[in-house]
Amino acid sequence: MTKSTANGQSKRGAVLALVEEKYRKPAKELKPFEIGDQVEVHQRIQEGSKERIQIFSGTVIARRGSGTREYFTVRRIVQGEGVERKFPLHSPKLARIVVKRSGRVRRAKLYYLRDRVGKATRLREGRKVIVEVLGDEGAKSTKAKQS
Amino acid sequence: MTLGLLGRKMGMTQIYDDKGLAVPVTILELGPCTVLQVRTKERDGYEALQLGFADKPRRLAIRAERGHVARIESKRNKARQAGGATLEPKANCEPKRYIREFRLAEPASQKVGENLTVNLFENVAAVDVIGTTKGRGTTGVMKRHNFGGLGASHGVKRHHRAAGSQSGHATDRGNSGKKKKGKRMAGRYGNERVTVKNLKVVKVDPENNLLLVRGAVPGFSTNFLMVRPTNKRRKTIIYQSAPSKKAKK
Repeated sequence: MTKSTANGQSKRGAVLALVEEKYRKPAKELKPFEIGDQVEVHQRIQEGSKERIQIFSGTVIARRGSGTREYFTVRRIVQGEGVERKFPLHSPKLARIVVKRSGRVRRAKLYYLRDRVGKATRLREGRKVIVEVLGDEGAKSTKAKQS
Repeated sequence: MTLGLLGRKMGMTQIYDDKGLAVPVTILELGPCTVLQVRTKERDGYEALQLGFADKPRRLAIRAERGHVARIESKRNKARQAGGATLEPKANCEPKRYIREFRLAEPASQKVGENLTVNLFENVAAVDVIGTTKGRGTTGVMKRHNFGGLGASHGVKRHHRAAGSQSGHATDRGNSGKKKKGKRMAGRYGNERVTVKNLKVVKVDPENNLLLVRGAVPGFSTNFLMVRPTNKRRKTIIYQSAPSKKAKK
C-alpha cells in the first residue's frame, strides 16, 4: 500500500483525528492532572429541566484510551467501602476537574490501592505547583462555595 | 432501487451529541465516485449507474480496466468508427479500484464522467451499508451459528463446544438416518457480503468526503463499502441532529 491519495490506509489515523478534534477539549485544559492526584470531579447532572453539579472526589488511579475515548478512573472510600468511577475525559458533562493535592507515584495504574486499607492508601505528596482549576465553565459558582 | 455511493470504512470512534451523550460512530469515506457507465433498459435490460471509487495506479490496471474508464487507441475502435458506429462515452478518469452498480427504478439523470459526492446524503436520516465481513476461516458451530454447546461439567468430557446430535434414525428423510439438508455445521465463516440496514446518519461532512453513521459496519477498516439511503422507516429516533426524516420523504 502506498501513500497515494486514493489509498485510505495512510490517511486513516488522520481522518480519525480530524473527526475527533471537534469533540475534544483543548489540551491545555487537561494537561496538568496526573495519576495519583487527589481530584474533585464536577459533573453536570440533568434533573428535569434543571441542571446541577455533582462532585465526586478521590484519587486518580488510571487513565485509559486515546482521542475522544479517553477516560480516567477515580477511587475513593465511602463508609469503609471502596468506590471507583470512570469518567470520559472529553465528555461535555464534566464541568471541571479540580486538583486538590498531587501524589508522587511510580506507576501508571494504581490498582494496588484496591488491596490497601486505611493509612496505607495515602500517597506521598508530589509536585509543589498544582494547577488548581481545569475547565472554565461553572467555575464561578463553585469557587464561591469553596471560599 | 435508490442511488447510493461507494466508499470505505475508516474506523470507529466516539463523539458527543448536543445532549452530552457519547455516540458510537463509524467514519465512512464516501466518494467522490465517478459514473463509469449508464445502464439503460433498451441496451442492458435494466436501469442502473455504474460507479467507480478510489484510483488505481495505471501500471497496476490491466488494459481492459484502463479501456473501461478512458478511450484507448485500438484497431477495433478505428474500424468501428470507420464503419459509422457510435462509440460508448467514457469517463476519462484514472482506473478505479472499486466498481459497483446501483440499480435504479427510473432512467438515470447522471451522465458518464460525472462525479458524485457525499452531498447525496445531505437530507438522509438513515442508510444501509453493504460490505464484506471479516473472514474467520474454519470455525465451530458455537461461533458460526450461535449454538449453545454442551455442558461445562456434569460429566461432559472433551465435547464442550460440540454441535451435539446431527440427526436421528427417523428424520424427514425417511428411515434412512440421513441428515436434513442444510444442517448447520462447522466450516468457513465470514468473508461474505452482508447488508446492515437502517444505520442512523450522525453527520455529513462534504468538505472531507466523510459520513458518520451510528453503530458498526461490516469488515475491517479500509474495507470497501456500498452505502445507500435506507428503505426502512426508523421506528424510534433516539436523538436527531441531522435533518429530519420528513425531508427524506
